[in-house]
Amino acid sequence: MSLALTLASRNLFHDLLRFVATMVGIVFSVVLVMVQMGLFLGFGHMVTTMIDHASTDLWIVPKGAKCFEDPSLLDLKLRNKVATLDGVATVVPLVIGFSDWRQDSGEMTPVFIVGADLRDRVLEPWNVTDGNVQNLSQGYSVAVDSSYFDRLGVTGVGSTAEIRGKKVKVVALTDGIRSFTTTPYVFVDLKNARTLTGTPGDRANDLLVRLNPNADRDKVVEAIRAQVGSAEVLTTAEFRDRSRSFWLFGTGAGAALFAGALLGVIVGTVIVAQTLYSSTKDHLNEFATLRAMGSSNRYIYNVIIYQALINAVIGFLVAYGIGAVVVEATAKSALPIVITTWLVIALAALTLVMCVTSALGAIFRVVRIDPATVFMR
Amino acid sequence: MSETIIEAVGVTRILGRGAHEVKALRGIDLSLRRGELTLLMGPSGSGKTTLLLILGCMLAPSSGTVTVCGNPTSNVDKEGLAKIRRDHVGFVFQSYHLFPTLTATQNVQLALDIRHERGRRARKKAREALDLVGLAHKVKTRPGELSGGEQQRVAIARALVANPSIVLADEPTSSLDSENGRIIMRLLAEAAHERGQAVLVVTHDPRILPFADRIVQIEDGLIVDRPTGDAEVLHLPKPSLFPPRAAAGNES
Repeated sequence: MSLALTLASRNLFHDLLRFVATMVGIVFSVVLVMVQMGLFLGFGHMVTTMIDHASTDLWIVPKGAKCFEDPSLLDLKLRNKVATLDGVATVVPLVIGFSDWRQDSGEMTPVFIVGADLRDRVLEPWNVTDGNVQNLSQGYSVAVDSSYFDRLGVTGVGSTAEIRGKKVKVVALTDGIRSFTTTPYVFVDLKNARTLTGTPGDRANDLLVRLNPNADRDKVVEAIRAQVGSAEVLTTAEFRDRSRSFWLFGTGAGAALFAGALLGVIVGTVIVAQTLYSSTKDHLNEFATLRAMGSSNRYIYNVIIYQALINAVIGFLVAYGIGAVVVEATAKSALPIVITTWLVIALAALTLVMCVTSALGAIFRVVRIDPATVFMR
Repeated sequence: MSETIIEAVGVTRILGRGAHEVKALRGIDLSLRRGELTLLMGPSGSGKTTLLLILGCMLAPSSGTVTVCGNPTSNVDKEGLAKIRRDHVGFVFQSYHLFPTLTATQNVQLALDIRHERGRRARKKAREALDLVGLAHKVKTRPGELSGGEQQRVAIARALVANPSIVLADEPTSSLDSENGRIIMRLLAEAAHERGQAVLVVTHDPRILPFADRIVQIEDGLIVDRPTGDAEVLHLPKPSLFPPRAAAGNES
């Protein structure tokens, strides 16, 4: 092992205060980027949770529908036109919409109704922890998520409330189906969804199309497009991308998260650059001595780069530990931070790049060292 | 005559510009030979350090040529000059310039490390060099815990460990008492006489005159006191005042 690495680590740990300052800078930067990007990923997952859990091949949506929550309506006549096409197995209408939930105590809270025909099982509650989803077809029955108990005044299966003047009863409970809008999702049967959202019987928000196993998807999509006029036909992946794009970038939320992450990178780079530069200045005499002894510039750069890499590795590990705690702490929150393996790899790479980039200032300083100065001191 | 290791011919060096121009060296001819310890003496501002820097490939002459182990130093870039230093020159500095965070062994090993000599073999060579200067018992000690004389001995071990052809020492005894000064000079004399290196010591210190094989006197950028013949220097007999060998290990 080269002594350049030893020299680098000794230079770093020799001044503990500066080392701690460097670590604070790196950890602050990496945690900030991790949280921002984790929020970005978490938000990205949440805004498409309904699309991700729908068991369908294609979505027919009103022209210009930007996301799952778009309230625009389709004429239900399209359903019959599409259902007769070759390759189409089923066409299931979906009715969604905001409504008001009135607790027995009289307290009101907005909710988001999601209703599909339960027999088709294209979009039914998942992660059911209590009750029976099939009971949703009986009377005005609903399924809600247990994380919204307080908001909805629900204590469990059997609790009651009122939506648009109709007495509803909780027949099933789920876990972890949270809405990024903070408005609780309420699952109901298609028929009840029309009543509870005020959607006319000849209208639906979306049509979910399942294809036969051997159907040529592209051809079927073309055939459906020819039948649905101004409505749009999207694959699940396309609708997911469109929804994410709208919520993350159309609203500016994603840009804000990226701006925060960029700020973290800038702050981290500046702090590391500053501390590395001052460390290098403090050790200029040693670098000049090395140069006088005949060391190549590359050897000296290695010492500085090693310092940067040691900073990066230790800083990243500390930041990762903090990030793991943050992830755990937000797992049950309205907007959980999601850290994927790829995000960890990207952050590690970013930390390395940030620290090595920060070393450039120090390297430029060292390049100008005159080895003759060691004879003047 | 022994082999010439460094040869300077007609070396001049002008410092500053215009009204501030100073001729630090005015045409120096000097050769350093294998197995000789040469003292370069002269008053402050006479050009000693400038000449040392030029001979050590750290400063380019304004005119004239310098050849180090057969390598001309003119028109060589900084990396090329660093390579010549790395391959042929060992330095001993007045202020030691040891690395305070490294042990004595690591300080010596650094001279091998920059030459890509690493691992156990390098460590062994570094310890042998420390043994040579009488510091076998201080291999793991850091410079801050060593006396001035011991630090200078570590610096000499560092200069010698890669077995360079030339050792250039700048006022190596000026910060030391006479006992430590003698130890340091004896080590440098051994480098010349027993290892066959060309040793040049820049000094003000008259106490070390007895160690010199020859003395080069420089004043106002010129070598003076030229005797007759080919010598540009004072040739001295082998010092009869050579201190006893045992002195090296006596320092605490």
